[in-house]
Formats: sequence, C-alpha cells, structure tokens
Amino acid sequence: MSDYSYLILVLIVPFISFLINGLAGHRFSPKVAGLIGTSAIAVTFIAALAAAATYFGAHTGETAYTPIVALNMVWLKFSAALHVDMGILVDPISVMMLVVVSTISLMVHIYSFGYMKGEPGFTRFYAYLSLFSFSMYGLVVATNIFQMYVFWELVGLSSFLLIGYYYDKPSAVAAAKKAFIVTRFADFGFLIGIIALTYFTQSYYFTQSYDFISLNDPQNMAIRSAIPITFAGMSVVTWALLLIFMGGAGKSAMFPLHIWLPDAMEGPTPVSALIHAATMVVAGVYLVARLFGAFVFSAPDALHVVGWVGGISSLIAAIIACTQTDIKRILAFSTMSQIGYMMLALGVSGFAGEEGLGFTASMFHLFTHAMFKALLFLGAGSVIHAIHKNSISDAGGLRKYMPITHITWLIACLAISGIPPFAGFFSKDEILAAAFNQNMPLYIVGTVVAGLTAFYMFRLYFSMFWGKDNDYHHTPHESPLSMIVPMIFLAVMSVVAGWIPFGLFVTPSGGAHHGEMNLLVASLSVLVAVGGIALAMLMYMKPSDKPEKAANLFGRLYTVIYRKFMIDEIYLFISKNLLINGVAKGVARFDRLVVDGFINSFAWGTLMSSIGIKKLQSGQLQKYGFAFVMSALFVVFMILVLIK
Amino acid sequence: MNILNLAIIIPVLTAFAAAAAPKDILVKRISLAGSILLMLATGYIVAQFAMLQQAGSTEFMKMTSEANWFNLSGIKYSLGLNSISVLLLFLSSVILFTGILVSWDFEGDTKLFFGAMLFLATSANGFFISKDIFLMFFFLELAIVPKFLLIAKWGSGNRMYSAFKLSFMLMAASSFILVGLLLYIHSKSGIDGLPQTWDVTELMARHFPIEVQRIFFVLTFTGFGVFTALFPFHTWVPDGHSSAPTAGSMFLAGISMKLGGYGSLVFAAFIAPDAAREFSNLYIVLGAIAIIYGAFATLFQKDLKYMNAYSSVSHCGFVVLGVAALTRVSVLGAVMQMVSHGLITALFFALIGMIYGRTHTRQINEMGGLMQGMPFLGTAMFIVGLASLGLPGLSGFVSEMTVLTGSWQNPSFYAHWAVILAGASIVVTSVYILRALGKVLWGQLENAAHAALPAPYWYEKILVITLIGLIAFIGMYPVFVTDIIDNGLGMISLFK
Repeated sequence: MSDYSYLILVLIVPFISFLINGLAGHRFSPKVAGLIGTSAIAVTFIAALAAAATYFGAHTGETAYTPIVALNMVWLKFSAALHVDMGILVDPISVMMLVVVSTISLMVHIYSFGYMKGEPGFTRFYAYLSLFSFSMYGLVVATNIFQMYVFWELVGLSSFLLIGYYYDKPSAVAAAKKAFIVTRFADFGFLIGIIALTYFTQSYYFTQSYDFISLNDPQNMAIRSAIPITFAGMSVVTWALLLIFMGGAGKSAMFPLHIWLPDAMEGPTPVSALIHAATMVVAGVYLVARLFGAFVFSAPDALHVVGWVGGISSLIAAIIACTQTDIKRILAFSTMSQIGYMMLALGVSGFAGEEGLGFTASMFHLFTHAMFKALLFLGAGSVIHAIHKNSISDAGGLRKYMPITHITWLIACLAISGIPPFAGFFSKDEILAAAFNQNMPLYIVGTVVAGLTAFYMFRLYFSMFWGKDNDYHHTPHESPLSMIVPMIFLAVMSVVAGWIPFGLFVTPSGGAHHGEMNLLVASLSVLVAVGGIALAMLMYMKPSDKPEKAANLFGRLYTVIYRKFMIDEIYLFISKNLLINGVAKGVARFDRLVVDGFINSFAWGTLMSSIGIKKLQSGQLQKYGFAFVMSALFVVFMILVLIK
Repeated sequence: MNILNLAIIIPVLTAFAAAAAPKDILVKRISLAGSILLMLATGYIVAQFAMLQQAGSTEFMKMTSEANWFNLSGIKYSLGLNSISVLLLFLSSVILFTGILVSWDFEGDTKLFFGAMLFLATSANGFFISKDIFLMFFFLELAIVPKFLLIAKWGSGNRMYSAFKLSFMLMAASSFILVGLLLYIHSKSGIDGLPQTWDVTELMARHFPIEVQRIFFVLTFTGFGVFTALFPFHTWVPDGHSSAPTAGSMFLAGISMKLGGYGSLVFAAFIAPDAAREFSNLYIVLGAIAIIYGAFATLFQKDLKYMNAYSSVSHCGFVVLGVAALTRVSVLGAVMQMVSHGLITALFFALIGMIYGRTHTRQINEMGGLMQGMPFLGTAMFIVGLASLGLPGLSGFVSEMTVLTGSWQNPSFYAHWAVILAGASIVVTSVYILRALGKVLWGQLENAAHAALPAPYWYEKILVITLIGLIAFIGMYPVFVTDIIDNGLGMISLFK
C-alpha cells in the first residue's frame, strides 16, 4: 500500500495561495497574483496525477480496489467517542474527482489570464479561485460525512463570492445571495440528515460514526439495526439519507432546488465553467456516490427517489433549454440536465457486477461531462469576450472570425449530444444501458432528453457560429493564446476521455467490470441525437421564421416553458410574500405589541397600583381615624366569628 | 492571595487611577493599559487552569480560596474557577479591551464613561470567579448599575425608556433568583444536621428533595434565563442593545447575556439536576422558540443595531437549548456558543458603531455599496456576518453544530424537533445576514458621500484583528476550547 499523505498538499497549497493573494494581494501586480494562484493549482494537479497513477497504476486487477485513509485527525471533538475528523480518503472515486477538479481548475486558471485581463479585481478573483479549489479538494477527499459537510459549506461560500464577483452590480449580488440561500436551505436537510443518521445508528455500537467506510460497509450492523426504527411510516435511515440527498440536490441544482443555477451565470464565465459546470455542481452526485453503499443496502427507496429526481430534473431542464436565449443560461440548463442524467444513473444502479453499471456510468459521465461542459463554457466565454454580449440573437456567423473557438465548440457539442466517437457518447450510452436494464420509464426519459440535448445544443451552435453576421461594434477576433490553449486541451479530452474503460477503475464494489456495449440502446440514442441535430440545422442554420412559427405552434405552453415553468415566481411568492412580509413581519410586530406589551403591562400595573395605594397615605387625620376604627371593628367581628 | 483576585482588582484600580488622571487622553491610555494587563492576567489564569487540568485535577472548582465575609449565615468570600467560567473570564477581558478601543474617540465625561466600563468588567469577572452563590448574586446585581448608567447617559434613541426597561427586567429576574436561593438554602438547614452553606461545590454535592429542587430550579433558571434572553422575557434585549453606546452594546451582548447562560447552567441546573431533567422539555421548547422566533423577527428589522440585537436573541436561544437539553455534548455546545456569540456579536456591534461613525446612519436602506469606500471594514463586516450565519472555519459553526448534535442526543421528541427548528433558523440567519450585508456593502452607492470614507484608525484595526483572530482560532482549532470545557463537564454528576 502506498503512502498518500502527500495529498495534504492539495489542501495546503491552495489555502496558502488564498491567504497570500487575499491578505497581501494589493502589494504586488495582478500578474504575480495570477501566477501564484496558477502555480498553486499546478502543484495540486501534479499531486492528483501522481495519486491517480499510483492508485490505478499499481493495481493488478485481480483484487478489488480498497479505500485507503491516508491521513486522519480529530478536528471537532463532541465527546471522547464522537468527533468530527479531518482527513484524506483515497479510493477510486475520490482520485477520479481529484483529477477532474485539478484539471479543470488548472485550465480555468490559465484561461482567466486572458479572460479577466484588466479587470480591477483580478487579484481578488485569483484569491477566490484558490479558496474554491481548497474547499473543493477538501470536499473530495473527505473521510467522513461531517468533513464533507464542512467543505460543502465552504464551496458554497466560494461560489457565493465568485457569483457576486461584480459586487457593484445588483443583479450579481442578487444571484449570489439566491445561490447561497437556496443551497443553504438544502444543506439544512443535509445537516439534519447527518445528525439523525448518526444518532439512530448508534444503538448497535453504542458509539456513533461519521465515517464513510463504516457507513457504506454492507456488514455494518449499526445501520442495519436502525432500519426497523420508523418515523411517519418510513425507516429513519431512509429519512436520513433522503435529507442528506436534499443537500446534494440543492448543490447539484436538481428540481425543485435548481432555481439558483441559471442566475449563477452572473459570475464571470471561467467561474461558470469551473464551479457551475464541472466541479461544485456535481458535488451532489459525488455525495450520493460517496454514500452509495449506505443507499443501496440500507435505503433502496431513497435511491429510487434519487433516480426519479434526476430523471425529472433532466427532462425539465432540457425542455427549458430549448427556449432560452442567453448563451450561458442555456448552458446552465444543459448542466442541470446532464447532472440529472448522473443522478438517474445512480438511481438505477445496484451494487455488484452488471447491476453496478449505473454507478460506473454516472461517474464516467461526471468525468466526460466535466471536460466538454467546461469547454462549452470556455468557448462561450471566448465568444462573449469577442462580441461583449451574451444573447444568441446578438451572435451569428462567428465561424469565420473565430475558427479555433468554432472547431473546439463543435467538438464539445458533438460530445454532449452523444455522437460517436466523442466522449459523451460512451458515458451517456452506459447510462441509458443501465436504465434500460433496470427501469424502463427512466430509460425513455433519458432517450427523450438525449434528443432534446442534441437539439438545443445545436440550436445554440448554429445561432452562434452560423446564420447571418450581426452588426458588431468591431470585427470579432479570435481570443488570445492563454484562452485558446485550455480550450484545445479540453477539446482533445472531449474526444479521448470516452475511450477510458471506466468499468475497470470505478465500480460500486471496487471490483473491475468488463461491460459490453448494448448495441440496441447505442444505435437508438445516436439516431435520436442525429434527429435532434438535423432539426436544429433545419431551423437555425440559416436565418428564417421557422423558430417563431414553432414557438407559436405551442402557444401558451411555450410562454410557460420560456418563463421556466414559473418556478422562480412561486419561490418569490413564498419567500417574499409569505415568509418576509408574512411571517417575519408578523413575528416582529407580535414581539413589539404582544410580548413586549405584556411585559410593559406589568410596569403599567405596578405604576397604577402605586398610584392607587399612595392615596391611602394622605396625611389626613380623620381618614386614618376612620380606617383605624373600621379595622378595629373588623378584628372584633373576626374574633367573635372564630370563637363561635 | 488567590490569583483570581486580580480579575477584580485590576479593573478597580485602573478605574481609580483613571479617575485621578488630569487629561482625557490619559484616562483612555490608563484604561487601555489596565485592560491589557487584565487580558494578560486572565490569559495567565487560563494557562494555569489548563495546566491543572493537564495534571489531572479532579476538582470541578479549581484555584479555590475562602475568606470569611458574613459570619452570620455561612456566606463567604470564596473564589474558584471551573472549566466553563475560565473561558468566559477571558472573554470578558477581551470585551473590555475591545470596548475601550472602540470608544477611543469618545468625547464627554470620559472618566465616568470608562469608569462605568471598568466596573462592569469588575462585576462580570467577580460573577465568573465566585464560588459562593451569594457572592455571585452580589456581583450580578452590581453589574446592573453601570449598565443603566451607560445607556441612560450616553445612549441613543429612546434611551431612558430602554435603560429603565433593562434595569427593571433584570432586577425582576434577580429577585426570582434571590427568592430561589433563599428558599433553597433555608430548606436544607436543619434537615439532616448539615450546616447551612452557600458554597456551590457543596450545594452540588448535596441531594435536595425533588420538591425543593423544582421550586429552586424554575425560579433560578427563569431568572437567569431573562439575562440570556429567554422567550418571552427577551424584550429588554432589542431596546437595551440598540440604545446603548457601542461599547455598552458590546458588553451587554458579549458578557451580560453570558452571565445568564453561565448562571442557569452552574447555579441552576448543576445544583438541581433532578429538577433540571424534569423541566428539560419546557425550556427546550422555549429555547427553540427563541431561536426561530428571534431569527424571523430579525429578518424584518431595518436598523442594523436592532437587527444584531434580535439576532442575539436567536443565537442565545442556542445557549438555552443546549443547557436545557442537558446532555454532555449539548452543554459543551452551549458553553462554546456563549464564548463564540460573545466574540461575534461584540465585533458586529463594534463594526456597526464604526460604520455609524462614518455614515451617521444605522438604517439599512440608507446605505449601499459601502465596500467601495471602506474595503477593510467592509471585509470585516462580511467575515463577522459569515461567522454569525455559521460558516465553517469560524467559531459560530463549531458551537452551533455541537449544540445541535448534542441536543439531538436527548431522546425526547421535543429535543429532536427543537434541533430541526434550530437548524431551520440557520437558513433564516443566512437570509437576514445576506439581505442586510448585501444592501449595505454591495450594490450601488446609496449616498454619494459614502464613496470615500475615513480609513480605519489604528485602534479599530487592532480591535477587528483581535476579534476576528479569536473567532477564526476557535473555528479552525476547536479542540483547544472543547478539551478545556469537556474535562470539567466530566466531573459533574449529571454526566457521569
């Protein structure tokens, strides 16, 4: 067994870079700040690759992969038995995620040199990126669920800071707040889930554990013994895992907690590529995968919910994406849709052998999606950088001016649409095959989404790069080298990433799995995708009134979809009208008038009684005399009564 | 002489020295020097205490000393420190230090103002180091006078109303405590021949009949509860905190509310453990109400100071919840929350004061885009906001998590729902913090005059860095605090 304790570097180096740029960034030039941030990530990239090489490379394939705890130390000690640890867990999915995060992060760091050039907050931007990378690595290597929660909150903070990077812009501030609050609401479920899960599983061991390894262990009698405890007719373990999944759904923008993701596009485009496409938003998928053993053995119902939430989100997002006009928002809905795919795959997965295909497919898709979706965002950023606008109606005909952006973008579009031999085809096909074997309705949803994906992606592609030229302020030109290089790299990855035999590396049980391609599923999905592309080509390649006609065909329905099924409006109504102007206002008034009024009434009562009593002491002798005589008579009367 | 005496003597002597100083600036310098000396002394006491713990001392009250005071009924001037008060004692000296710094530009009756602060620190310190329950009560009462003075003389808004309200409510609460104490002490005398005692260790060791415990517990717990904003007796908090001058608010929220938390734990629950178990659910419910109710009430506030005051109600609800749930972990969390909230809220009030000093307004909607004009203070404000909403890495997170995890360990149905409500309040907290800070710090300038504001002065920088440093230290290295507290809790019969 190798020693992986050097992986502590992936936490320390970005954190130091954050401190340097955050505290002393104003002392040196922006370029130096950018170099500090980028070299920090380069170090983590090398560490991640080294870990991947030793972990996967040293493996003979005869035995199953075993998780290794490279480091572990007590951080927050609740009691001698129960404590939150901070550590590094090395297992197939954490190593895979390390590679994904460090690759995309490095590319985005390089890209931002060009994209963010001249921005007044350049140093601040790199400081935040380092903070994000630190938090994301901490989340990925977490040994226990509480550590994951801690870093989970920290990535939320970095996401907040980066969405609100242009902090003098009200819409950016609003989007940042929305993202933070919506995910915080979801994390409330996550937290209660953790507390409940560990509490109810203590009965067997008499100690509680947050540890992933023990939570996932099929032999773990602690969880088994908690299954019969029910609340409202459902096992507490199912409740707890569903609540934990609520946190994952919030971070991964699953319906109905997705509303923050489209608005998060207010952040600079490299941020959207890194955080809101490739890494942080897939944290929810990673969370479910991390706890997969617990889900599959102790709460299969909860896993079922995961699959359906994924399927529904994927469908809704794909439908909405077909109608949107903002380049980045279309990509945001596409991200939501693809993450829905990954959740769907987890939901239809079992644990061992062929049944575990969904899990492998989900992780595979996470990997390939990170590459091509980051590329799509970086390409979109390149276009926005060139034309200074971000609506599809403001673009058009750009293939002549930006050949490299055009070609790399086309590759990414083909990859996400699932056209062989590009990366997306292989991972998507595996997901569909898994669904085909386990859950027919979800398979149908997946296939429909595949068609829609191809359609809206090529709608975007044709609107941006084909069609007529717009009247640009100045002739659009290709982006600088610092932006082009990461795009080319990711374009290569978007092709070759699909050729990795993922089943050999990542399976739920740790044992290798040699899958056969399901030819029926594969050919059907390619057919659907080609159909989607053809339709988009027909409608958007040349300017015409076809899109408008199609929109009119759907009438009212189109408007509802265009307005994202009115979900934002519903949230706004609940939060603003019900909670703030209803509950909060009511409570604030109630506190002042009723509770405080009650307390003040004591003061008033005391005052009044003192006014009343003080009349007794009037200083008038005849009143005292009267009182004395009356009292004396009363005493005599009482004595007489008592004697009898 | 017991070294603990320093905690009382230093501020008193400083106050006298400052009173004799001929110039205002000297008054300030002497007070600052005294507060630094006090911080060093309490720091030394913490180190001594930690060493005693390391050495394996099994006494709950350490560093004790006794001297006769009232020979009449066994009341003694006896001092001692336990694992809970040791941290609060240090907190109190930090608040004094930062309170003096934040008042550096004070003009007016400097001697009286700084004297009031020093006496407030004296009485708070005296409270924390009392081993005699009567002595503790004496200091509790003593603290009300400087509070009244600070608000009534240098307050803002409806200050006389607030000053009277605060004093009357706290005095009413004290009378509850006093009645409870007297009942308890006298009920015991003569029952089985043991001599009357006011000593807290002795009282904890004796087993009182449950009927007596009940009356005692409800009276003292409710009484101390008023100090820590127990629903529905919290209404002095918003008025008192908002009317007080900045340093006064820091003391009120940072230390004064902790007197209640400490008292309700050590002088109520630990002395009457059986009754504490019996009434656990009642106070769990009241704590949960304070948390969620306070959070929603905060959401609607338009004045930054009122906002922070109401948020204190919500955050101190965690203390009540942790104490009431009465598991070892929840009590640990409650103590951590006291320390953490003391630091966070003091910094919050200090920053609000600094912003007010620059913009002359506390109304949230009269400010906007301040980050452009004051990046240092703006960033500090953001960090303290994050601490308040419980971001990991800062002290609020670790303490609230400990309260929530610990309270759930109480198997009661009420405790579980209280944890769920308290967890939900964290969401509401993020909403009000981000709403307020988003408006004040970011977005566009609301007032063109706010485009360039005075840079932070040296005393403001020291204050901000000290408090943020402590908040981050506890947040990143919580074991330091939890080890000290938990060691002492292990010696309480409740948790054995």
